[in-house]
Amino acid sequence: MKKLHETIEKAADLAFDMHFTAAKEWKSAQPDRVLIGHLPIYFPKEIIHAVNGLAVSIFGTGDRMQIIKGDAYYQSYICHLPRGVIELALNDNLDGFDGFIFPSICDVIRNLSGMFKMLEKGKFVKYMDFPQNFRSEVGGNFYRSEMEHVLSEIKKINGVSLNIERLNEAIVLFNKNRRLINEIYDIRQETPWKLTISDFYQIIRGGMVVPVQQHNEMLEIVCEELQHNIGEPMDKIKVVVSGAFCEQPPVGLLKTIEAAGCYVIDDDFTLGARWLEADVEENTSDPIGALVDAYLKHSTFSSAVYDVGNPKGERLVALARKRKADGIVFAAPSFCDPAMLDRPLMQMVCEREGLRYIDFQYHENIGQFKVIKEQVGAFSDSIKLWDDTLVA
Amino acid sequence: MSNTKDMDVKKEESMVLQKNMLANLFSELSNAKESGKKVVYTFVPGNLSELIHAFDMLPVYPEINALQSGMRKKSRDFIREAEKVGHSEDVCTYVKCDVGMMMKGNIGPTGEKLPEPDLLLLSYTGCFTFMKWFENLERLYPGVPVAMLHTPYQEAGKITPEMTEYMVKQFKTEIIPKMEKVSGKKLDDDKLKQILNNSLQAEDLIQKIFESTRNVPTPIDAYFAGVYYIGPINAGFRGTSEAINYYQTLYDEVMDRVDKGLGPVTPIGEMEEERFRLVVEGPPNWTSFREFWSLFYEKGAVTVASTYTKVGGVYDYGFRHDPEHPFETLSEYCMNCYTNLNLPQRVDLIRKCITEYQADGFLTNSIKSCNSFSAGQLLMMRNLEDELGVPVGFIESDLVDPRYFSYSNIKNRLDSFFQMLDQRKMILA
Ligand code: SF4
Ligand code: SF4
Repeated sequence: MKKLHETIEKAADLAFDMHFTAAKEWKSAQPDRVLIGHLPIYFPKEIIHAVNGLAVSIFGTGDRMQIIKGDAYYQSYICHLPRGVIELALNDNLDGFDGFIFPSICDVIRNLSGMFKMLEKGKFVKYMDFPQNFRSEVGGNFYRSEMEHVLSEIKKINGVSLNIERLNEAIVLFNKNRRLINEIYDIRQETPWKLTISDFYQIIRGGMVVPVQQHNEMLEIVCEELQHNIGEPMDKIKVVVSGAFCEQPPVGLLKTIEAAGCYVIDDDFTLGARWLEADVEENTSDPIGALVDAYLKHSTFSSAVYDVGNPKGERLVALARKRKADGIVFAAPSFCDPAMLDRPLMQMVCEREGLRYIDFQYHENIGQFKVIKEQVGAFSDSIKLWDDTLVA
Repeated sequence: MSNTKDMDVKKEESMVLQKNMLANLFSELSNAKESGKKVVYTFVPGNLSELIHAFDMLPVYPEINALQSGMRKKSRDFIREAEKVGHSEDVCTYVKCDVGMMMKGNIGPTGEKLPEPDLLLLSYTGCFTFMKWFENLERLYPGVPVAMLHTPYQEAGKITPEMTEYMVKQFKTEIIPKMEKVSGKKLDDDKLKQILNNSLQAEDLIQKIFESTRNVPTPIDAYFAGVYYIGPINAGFRGTSEAINYYQTLYDEVMDRVDKGLGPVTPIGEMEEERFRLVVEGPPNWTSFREFWSLFYEKGAVTVASTYTKVGGVYDYGFRHDPEHPFETLSEYCMNCYTNLNLPQRVDLIRKCITEYQADGFLTNSIKSCNSFSAGQLLMMRNLEDELGVPVGFIESDLVDPRYFSYSNIKNRLDSFFQMLDQRKMILA
């Protein structure tokens, strides 16, 4: 238990260190190390690891920083995340980062990449256009060229070229990382009382700003600790949270959902860490090709990807069924177009499949949870009253 | 409200031509089932008009239907309809207007029912919402094939060979095979070449028309009237001889005005004194389009360039369709549309317009539900103000949601902006 608490505490410190101290310390230990910041959702961190770099996930400021400058850059009807990111950039919190990557997810992130260019942040700024075409000779080749572009930018900074062996090593480490995370999800599916969602969230998020080996060590401790019979089962329903893949819900909100009678047993909070649903092929002569292949064939469903042929509504319901969830909580950041535009279609499938849901909106620095608590509480009660299959 | 007395404006020949062209298109659409012509639903930015013509198909543009619904005061109900089935208040109102229109029977702007699509051609550029929009359409028309063309963003401010190669491959493996299958025709290379040749002629003409704003007074308003001028080139006529004819006629009319030293024609009347020359960023509001325009007209403010008229193609830097390289040129066209340019490129283009067309001020109309345009606009404004010392103005509205058009707020803001421009003129004089 002690080890688990220590790990959670350490992860929480890392997750919400708005100065990215650990990452900067890692960089300063060797002159040819580079620090690359990337926005949600997914980015193949393996390639950065392989060229002496650390890819740090930037999730915005949440409720940990007061936004003063950032608000002057955005109209009131744009989500909160980019304000925090601009605040970090203007306050010099991101000094020491060599480059920034903005994965293609929405127009706000896309335009934020242009703002970083205009504000001359980092030695390079790249909006990374993930292919919407999933044929290997079409979208696959393009994706490869996008990764090669990133690598060429890094080479300009530290002179390090991609080496097959190192990329294969990175692939092994990140495969292990995903497996460990998934193992904890599996444990929580059956015994969610052992680790709260807020603690679990911080364990993942904290690990996304340090080298993967360090994160793997943390996750191994957690897995080990979860083998023990800890915690007390409570009368709660099991839910999957959907829509929170970019701007993150504050920890207080996660606690509220749980306190209102729900075990969150799956979610899309730090989706990038679990984007690939299968291992990337290890020890190949073309590890970039292996990453391309994994993206094309094993990506999870997401609002950032065109879904014809494999609709997300159905995939969400399948996930809920696999996790034996009682319902879905659609929680999306206010003004998040991708999440909002997906919601009616996904809810339609839930209705068709008889899966109950609720929805609400939040923003990353929301401080009042009363209304949400009541809403979630009523949802949980309604399921508890009418369904027999309960967790405990 | 405006107290301007409406005047009868003589319809120019080009206006009549445009009206007839659109009426014919809608009549063809309503007869599509009888004529056997296949119907393609597609978008304006990154539209593949040339291919649609090469396969003898007919286009339907959901965005144009949405803006027409806005102008005809129907969008409020359509949007409400979409919100009833769970669409959020905050998302792009074009999507909701379109979804609502379909739920209400898909009656098009001319009052006739629009035919159902035979193909959903998702060639979109510069905005993620298009992708979401088509996911919605795909559910509304199950079984209709979708051909998707992903246009890479000009993130580095240029088009790389890899980007073009990616697009060309998509044409060859995805777009053409699906269009051939749906139309039952093989692509005729010579026909496509001829169509592309028509496109470049229309593009030359439209660019010359927009460049006529170099004149003082400017003979046209490049925002309010500009949205009409881009109608044919964006709404399915690019590549046709009718489009060339239309733009030649319009060009002649514009040149005639230049010769006579006349200002723009507006629905309210002829602009007599040109007091302020503006460059405008962002789409217009459609639900109160005329009142919106009159706020400018009344103050003698005229637009010499607008970014909105470049959403369906940026021709300012010399891009024209190249008949010799059909897929490459179609790719380049898509990648060059305004919202597919990165922010520094957008600023460069606006800067060029402000200086070349001798604008007195720069105005942003920030659209509440359009992140593609709006995110980053405040920094763009700040940058242009610092660099060029040009006064900047800022107003907010929405495309087709009348709930977000506040006449008095916009009027107040515009009045202060025009006052600022006046003062600057006095200082400079
Ligand atoms: S929260 Fe949504 S709208 Fe905002 S940047 Fe993220 S994906 Fe885009
Ligand atoms: S968000 Fe803007 S660019 Fe995108 S579809 Fe809507 S109005 Fe058009």
